Amino acid sequence: MQSAMDPSIESQIREWKSYLLRRRTIHDVDVDELEDHLRTQILELGAAGLSGSESFLIAVKRIGAVNELSREFARERSSRLWKQLVLAGDGARERSGSEFAGLLITICIAIAAALAFKLPAAFGINPFDSGSSGSSNADAQASFYLRNASLLTLPFLIGFLAWQRNLPIRVIALLAAAFIAAAIVINAFPFDKGGDTEALAAIHLPIVLWLVAGVAYLGGAWRADAPRMDFVRFTGEWFIYYTLIALGGGVLCALTLGVFEAIGVDVEPIISSWVLPCGAVGAVVVVAWLVEAKQSVIENMAPVLTSVFTPLFALMLVTAILGMALTGSFIDPERDVLILFDLLLVLVLGLVLYSISARDSDAKPTLMDGVQLVLVVSALVIDVLALAAILSRITEFGFTPNRTAGLGLNVVLLANLVWSAWLLSAFLRRRRPFSDLELWQTAYIPVYAAWAVIVVAVFPPLFAFD
Amino acid sequence: MQAKRDVRIGKDLVAASAVPLVLAILDEGDSYGYAILKRIDELSGGEMEWTDGMLYPLLHRLDRLGYVEASWDSPQGGRRRRYYRITSTGRTALSDKRRQWEVVSDALRNAWHSFQLVAPAPLSGTGEG
Repeated sequence: MQSAMDPSIESQIREWKSYLLRRRTIHDVDVDELEDHLRTQILELGAAGLSGSESFLIAVKRIGAVNELSREFARERSSRLWKQLVLAGDGARERSGSEFAGLLITICIAIAAALAFKLPAAFGINPFDSGSSGSSNADAQASFYLRNASLLTLPFLIGFLAWQRNLPIRVIALLAAAFIAAAIVINAFPFDKGGDTEALAAIHLPIVLWLVAGVAYLGGAWRADAPRMDFVRFTGEWFIYYTLIALGGGVLCALTLGVFEAIGVDVEPIISSWVLPCGAVGAVVVVAWLVEAKQSVIENMAPVLTSVFTPLFALMLVTAILGMALTGSFIDPERDVLILFDLLLVLVLGLVLYSISARDSDAKPTLMDGVQLVLVVSALVIDVLALAAILSRITEFGFTPNRTAGLGLNVVLLANLVWSAWLLSAFLRRRRPFSDLELWQTAYIPVYAAWAVIVVAVFPPLFAFD
Repeated sequence: MQAKRDVRIGKDLVAASAVPLVLAILDEGDSYGYAILKRIDELSGGEMEWTDGMLYPLLHRLDRLGYVEASWDSPQGGRRRRYYRITSTGRTALSDKRRQWEVVSDALRNAWHSFQLVAPAPLSGTGEG
């Protein structure tokens, strides 16, 4: 339409426009759009018989106060969709009084967890005293904790979640049954001392139990896919918070040691046998409470962390692949090297999973999704190389617990990465919505659980508890 | 959302119904901000009052969510104007919203039904909605 208007109105519109443009949250295109609206309105009011300046005043008033408008634009530009999702039994929205009560109960559960963790000491199992190390008895004690640490700790996390979610007795009984079964398996198996199957079972048991805790987190509704993403998010946030608290705790312990050494008191036994283990265990519950209660703090951190580390990991993997291609050296099928690569792949997958959970699933493809595809594809290449290395090792020297575990893990990761890469590239080509990728990842979680259960329960008898 | 003066329908209700309303209007055909507001006025018989400007952040959000696609149209010698078109994702969202709103309005209708039965003094039919 033609924009021929009274010059005085034109100058008023210009003034109004420049006023809008001073707001940082209202972008140029928004101002253009609003100006079009204003002009249409003025023309219409003019056609209805109002004078130019009257029309202008009414039109401006109807558009609304600039402050509110810019606030609304700011809200739209900064808010994230999943912030508005309210979890069942969300502690963050309670009144401050009950929040305090919640904190008290949390601390009680944390103390109970710490005491339970030290309970075996009453029966003489205490590998944390530095004095007794070296003897074969100390080895047995260390192996007891190696196998049982998660069994002693995670029930309290589940207790905390059960209290928060008001879990029905039926679900609690189911979870307890899972823990009892795990406790029987891991303690009744006649593991060879220092054997590989024992170490593998000890590594995989916490994964199984963590996923069991996920059932508690989801209030028993673990079959639905969408809430599973909340648990992934919870896991990522829990990990970040726990790392922060562990760093702080480490600094505190180091300073305490230093200070008491300066005044000639040796507090090392207390720290190593009480403060560190109790703190580490209590923190498991406290961190879960923090994640639940202070959700909005971490929400702002998660996208930052993923967008910092996704490109860095992608760069690292691409460089590693280029290095391998240029030097022609394959992945050395040494045990340590393969473990390192497995760890790397698990970490990459965790990063992918966490950034998927932190992403607004309705947003359009961005550059970051492209970077993510690079990350997934390079992880895929590394996975295939590691798989080839393990297979060559197996054909040469036969199956061992470690190699078989490595093989299985790589296959599990490979399947996930292949389909993730496909879904991600389809999303970038706008063939599929992002939610397909989310669905795939959440549907895949039971596969990890199943694999971990196999390593814990099937491997030891399969390899004669070696 | 801040409470504002002279609105006949509460801000919260307007905000809640805004997305399905705008999507439904765009489902009728591509449109632009001013025309969408006109249509809302028509559809609600002038009873739903918006602060006009607030439509634009909302359209932005719908665009970000992929429910609509925006494009500038600049006719010869005229002002350029931003048109919005509903996407297939938007249509899915619209049918979801529609189902939700039907549940809500059914529930309300049932609630009012029993309310009128129980209420002793005959309140003149304010429940019609």
